[in-house]
Amino acid sequence: MKTLVIADHDNGSLKPETSKTINAALKLGFAVDVLIAGENVAPMSEIVASIAGVNTVLVADHSEYAHQLAENIADLVLLLAPDYSHLVASATTTGKNFMPRVAALLDVAQISEIIDVVDADTFKRPIYAGNAIATVKSLDSKKVITVRASSFDLQGEQAPAESRVVDSVFSSELSAFVSVEQTESERPELTAAQVVISGGRGMQNGENFSLLNGIADKLGAAIGASRAAVDAGFVPNDMQVGQTGKIVAPNLYIAVGISGAIQHLAGMKDSKVIVAINKDPDAPIFQVADYGLVADLFDVLPELEQAL
Amino acid sequence: MKVLVPIKRVIDYNVKARVKADNSDVDLTNVKMALNPFCEIAIEEAIRLKEAGTATEVIAVTIGAKASQEQLRTALALGADKAIHIETDEKLESLHVAKLLAKIVEQEAPELVILGKQSIDSDNNQTGQMLAALTGRGQGTFASKVDIANGTVNVTREVDGGLQTVALKLPAVVTTDLRLNEPRYASLPNIMKAKRKPLEVIAADSLGVDLTPRIELVAVHEPEKRSGGIIVDDVAQLVDLLKTQAKVI
Repeated sequence: MKTLVIADHDNGSLKPETSKTINAALKLGFAVDVLIAGENVAPMSEIVASIAGVNTVLVADHSEYAHQLAENIADLVLLLAPDYSHLVASATTTGKNFMPRVAALLDVAQISEIIDVVDADTFKRPIYAGNAIATVKSLDSKKVITVRASSFDLQGEQAPAESRVVDSVFSSELSAFVSVEQTESERPELTAAQVVISGGRGMQNGENFSLLNGIADKLGAAIGASRAAVDAGFVPNDMQVGQTGKIVAPNLYIAVGISGAIQHLAGMKDSKVIVAINKDPDAPIFQVADYGLVADLFDVLPELEQAL
Repeated sequence: MKVLVPIKRVIDYNVKARVKADNSDVDLTNVKMALNPFCEIAIEEAIRLKEAGTATEVIAVTIGAKASQEQLRTALALGADKAIHIETDEKLESLHVAKLLAKIVEQEAPELVILGKQSIDSDNNQTGQMLAALTGRGQGTFASKVDIANGTVNVTREVDGGLQTVALKLPAVVTTDLRLNEPRYASLPNIMKAKRKPLEVIAADSLGVDLTPRIELVAVHEPEKRSGGIIVDDVAQLVDLLKTQAKVI
């Protein structure tokens, strides 16, 4: 019994989700190897090798893996799968993309977005937008699992583990990379930030999101948004916190002009401390908020920036 | 070009799911059901492809109990040409659903399959990817834009950190993200017309797919409740409490 974790990265840097996913994988109780597939990933493989608990790092470095197309990565993981009882990836857009493909090719079910490991076969995962927590037991001989990273801790460091090169190259004819458009941001990543400040429909337009900048700067916070704000075109979709967006669990979450629909709460209700600023005292967000301020956000935000 | 759109009947997204007292599952008796929101987007995209002259036929398919024919009729009212109901009373897992859909793909040979990225009940986000794997097709998940030309579909995908565009060789599988389109409403005349459109019913166990459960649902619990918070008077008090009581800033 051995576990393979597939590292999440963007070729340049390792995603913090990887370390948390390794933390989850170690709870299964077996040796954990980590596959890092991408282009020019050697510097990153050293970082992975230094994450506490990693047994061996498998490095697949080739241009065909640069964009981590599901078709190519799934075939690569499939090649390695016979040596492992558990295959684990982060529930990021990358992991969510290739892991079910791996599972189907292995003819096993996938357990998505686990938030707790009960034992090597049994896991907890949220369903119905986090309104229920299901305990599920996998009956398959091989487990394919994605991990909700925000539910697990970062791993510490160790003396670097050994690395091994995987030189098999899979190049599917089915898909090809065309282009990528990165959202520019100098702020911490939403899923990794200790503080998140999010705006909702109450922000009224995209320009008003700049009212959050000063506060975010002072707190070192990432800026998020509700689905309503994204749907209204105020901000890009990758800022969306919620059931269908990103799941965050920072120390402090500040919801500004967000009513608190089920879909949004699903993405942030595991935050340590929640602050809600809303002018509607009946907004559902106040039911989960530790500190609520009933006020017009346009009055309060400049004041808050001053006070910090 | 033929487009297949698998859809799912789920709890209405405005309804808060309640856990059964015996912790065996979520209680769905007398709960309002609806078409999964991502499936609505998938139907809309297929209809737009038909309106653009790219698609010639749109087929909606669902797997579930008899009541899920309601959602197929909705799809027909929105503009699908025909519907297929794979009938079963079993609660199926994504892998089963993908295998059953693979049979329909084999039968209908659609060039494009468009699914929602996830259903809002099980929150699995698996079926599209699994179907692509089982049918040996390329996959374009979390699509916010779909462009078809010369035997290729270019899919712009919503990924962490931005947008990624991939080119898939047709036939292919696409799953929809929220920003792909804004679904239309069915008009009354179209709802009436939909009643006369063809709806084929196939028994799930006639398709030769092994539907043995791979996952056992051990228990379902309510999530931990957050303890009630306090309403502060002003910004000064808020900042003070965050510093001294919560100690998070």
